[in-house]
Amino acid sequence: MMMTDFLVTICQHAFMQNAFYAGLLASVACGMAGTYVVVKRISYISGGIAHAVLGGMGIAYYLGLNPLLGAVVFALCSAVLLGLVSIKAKQHEDTIIGALWAVGMAIGVIFISITPGYKVDLTSFLFGNILLVSTKDLAILCGLDLLILLLVLVFYRQFQAICFDEDYARLRGIPVEVLYILLLCLIALTVVILIQIVGLILVIALLTLPASIAGLGSKKLGSMMALAFLCSLFFTVSGLILAYLKNLPAGAMIIILAGIGYLLALGLKRAVTLMVKKKALKLP
Amino acid sequence: MQKIVSLDQVYFAYDQRPVLEEINLEVVKGDFLAVVGPNGGGKTTLLRLILGYLAPVSGSVKVLGQVPRNVRSRIGYVPQHSEFARDFPVTVEDVVLMGRIKPGSLFPRRRAADLEAAAQAMQAVGILELAKRRFGTLSGGQKQRALIARALSSNPLLLLLDEPTASVDSRVEKDIYDLLRDLNKRMTIIMVSHDLGFVSSYVNKVACVNKRLKIHPAHQITSEDIINEAYDGAMHSLQHECRL
Repeated sequence: MMMTDFLVTICQHAFMQNAFYAGLLASVACGMAGTYVVVKRISYISGGIAHAVLGGMGIAYYLGLNPLLGAVVFALCSAVLLGLVSIKAKQHEDTIIGALWAVGMAIGVIFISITPGYKVDLTSFLFGNILLVSTKDLAILCGLDLLILLLVLVFYRQFQAICFDEDYARLRGIPVEVLYILLLCLIALTVVILIQIVGLILVIALLTLPASIAGLGSKKLGSMMALAFLCSLFFTVSGLILAYLKNLPAGAMIIILAGIGYLLALGLKRAVTLMVKKKALKLP
Repeated sequence: MQKIVSLDQVYFAYDQRPVLEEINLEVVKGDFLAVVGPNGGGKTTLLRLILGYLAPVSGSVKVLGQVPRNVRSRIGYVPQHSEFARDFPVTVEDVVLMGRIKPGSLFPRRRAADLEAAAQAMQAVGILELAKRRFGTLSGGQKQRALIARALSSNPLLLLLDEPTASVDSRVEKDIYDLLRDLNKRMTIIMVSHDLGFVSSYVNKVACVNKRLKIHPAHQITSEDIINEAYDGAMHSLQHECRL
């Protein structure tokens, strides 16, 4: 049986276990940060951060460092930069995000190409390779997860206030700009985690789709985060299993499942609304 | 009479384009001021100056005798409900609680005193039974009440409203004005409004804003001259005549 084969593989090979742990850790961050990206509608800015990260990975790779560290540094720098741009120069925001998006990638491509010796496969940066996650990477992912969880817990009400109504938060003396940049940093760290799983091209889909599904039926940000975590976990684990069984790229499989899941959830929501309306009409 | 708001020779421009000129305004305790005027005439800018979101290019804006920034916690603000995303996952109670948030409000836990104040505010505007509903599912009038409750939850001395009756039907509009008249017994109110005729029976002063500002006692707001003056042109006057 293919499925038993699969279970045996998981037990035998550390890389498969690591892949599952990575999926779990990514889903934790994805549920929290994705919720903010969706409710504050900042997926474009998050996309800019994701692509700029290639620059950091390329430089780290060239210097012989762990690309994950380069990614963290670049992600945080671009989050702060884009945050400042969006606060200070709102009218140029689009252009600057687009520029950072492309320039970051260009830097990455150049540094990877001038790195002597064995050339790393660029596609594993672009589309992710969950099977290459090492135990050391897992430790870093775990640390990032804890940091994100702590930030969300401490600033839960403040983030909620600036996402819902920035003006009113300002009236209440909340440091709106500082918190906005902090929120972007939190998203940047999540992007770094997710790049390990699905690569930087597909990261926005994994950031927004599970949270959008969760948003269809949540009354609170906290429950939306929990639901988004579960959706993300389901997509990554089932995507990984399918990818193994059919010998297909895991990152792409995960995203396709998330896309189908989102469409199904939209359809389901629509059906439920129609049914409720019908019921209401039938009542005397 | 205690001065709640005073603007002295205020000039404001966006990128060299003047929006407000020579604005002098005094609002005293217990006033209920309606701010009317054409779109683009500077009503919202005036509100944002009083809130301290914008600073005047020249002249001074004082609230309770200080720059608005220092007394923000004593101001309640009610924006237009249509500005909010319908799908934001937040309950009515949590929206109202946001009126009590402080820079030191950390962790998700909610303090008993804040919950108490939020409940009182929801009671005052008559939406206590909607507390656990999702904000986005409310009707326009209910949303507006929730936003008023949010402003009330911090016991403000001054309440500012930006077209509170935009996009609600006329019965709800009257309910909201009745509610504001009640609230006016304990706080000063400044309200931007698009509907001069209806409002004049509730407020005690009307400020017509069209780059410049002119104050009229509410009982005078019957003659067509004033309408013409505020809206500069017979065109607008015609549109508003039917409501007067």
